[in-house]
Amino acid sequence: MALLDYFLRKKEKQVTTASRAKERLQIIVAHERNSRNKQPDYLPQLTADILVVLRKYIKVSDESFSIKLDNKDGDLNVLELNIELHDEQGSS
Amino acid sequence: MARIIVVTSGKGGVGKTTSSAAIGLGLALKGHKVVLIDFDIGLRNLDLIMGCERRVVYDFVNVINGEATLNQALIKDKRVSSLSILPASQTRDKDALNKENVGKVLDDLGKLYDFIICDSPAGIEAGAMMALYYADEAIVTTNPEVSSVRDSDRILGMLASRSRRAELGLEPIKEHLLLTRYCPKRVAEGEMLSVEDVEDILSIPLLGVIPESQSVLKASNAGEPVILDTDSDAGQAYQDVIDRLLGETIEFRFLLAEKKGIFSRMFGG
Repeated sequence: MALLDYFLRKKEKQVTTASRAKERLQIIVAHERNSRNKQPDYLPQLTADILVVLRKYIKVSDESFSIKLDNKDGDLNVLELNIELHDEQGSS
Repeated sequence: MARIIVVTSGKGGVGKTTSSAAIGLGLALKGHKVVLIDFDIGLRNLDLIMGCERRVVYDFVNVINGEATLNQALIKDKRVSSLSILPASQTRDKDALNKENVGKVLDDLGKLYDFIICDSPAGIEAGAMMALYYADEAIVTTNPEVSSVRDSDRILGMLASRSRRAELGLEPIKEHLLLTRYCPKRVAEGEMLSVEDVEDILSIPLLGVIPESQSVLKASNAGEPVILDTDSDAGQAYQDVIDRLLGETIEFRFLLAEKKGIFSRMFGG
């Protein structure tokens, strides 16, 4: 009987809780990765263009400028621009 | 240049502090100058795991606020002189840390140490972000369990988008998978995700597998990081982690349940 169990157990492996866990994780992780990697192709060009416009008027160093497109809870996209203005440079 | 390594996970209770303590002490035992920083402002525990809780006078936030110098706040380990601990503050709120002041402290520490190990708080709030922001490498501590694996994946996303390296477009943070509380027997029975399963899902290189072990609780009871328990499987597994961090290729141990002989498997026993 033990011999029979030994071979049967191999087949049962398909439905172990561990394999269900793996399957569920693969699906949810792939889904969540997709939603967080959705940076549009135009973002780098947009960043460069915005910097050109800004620099017409003010001094902006690369470190004092950041741009981020955030996806909040799936259906709201927020384009976030952070520009640090330094006092003595702001008025030129 | 010091290697800045964050020990992170997303989920709480998976073994970040235990691992930080073991890895910090292990690297110091190899002769490297190591500083361990507790980033869990308000919930300090690294001091307890390291066994130096009664020697805390000043903390990380005191240093940041200029109320103490680094030298005053750093606690020298009593076992290994090349190891220091910078404890978290127990009372201040976590907004005390920001990119500028943390960067300054890390800069100063980088001149004195070979390794800076940042023990991250759980979650993805400001404290965890500060712990990973300046990292060169990340040890993603994960249990073979669905919620831990999912949270680790979130943290991998943060490492790739919210760190200094990501913001400046530098070479990305080097990621390491540290699988803790692993039970080979339950894996063999199909009750627990295997090393390969977790590697498949997270797809980052494996740094170590720490078996579930009674020695971990005993170690924290005593305030003696488990790597000092050289007889225990967990202690030995952490030792392997140290060797791998230092560039050696070490075969993975403790991955398989003790095998029954082929005869007892086939004929019962």
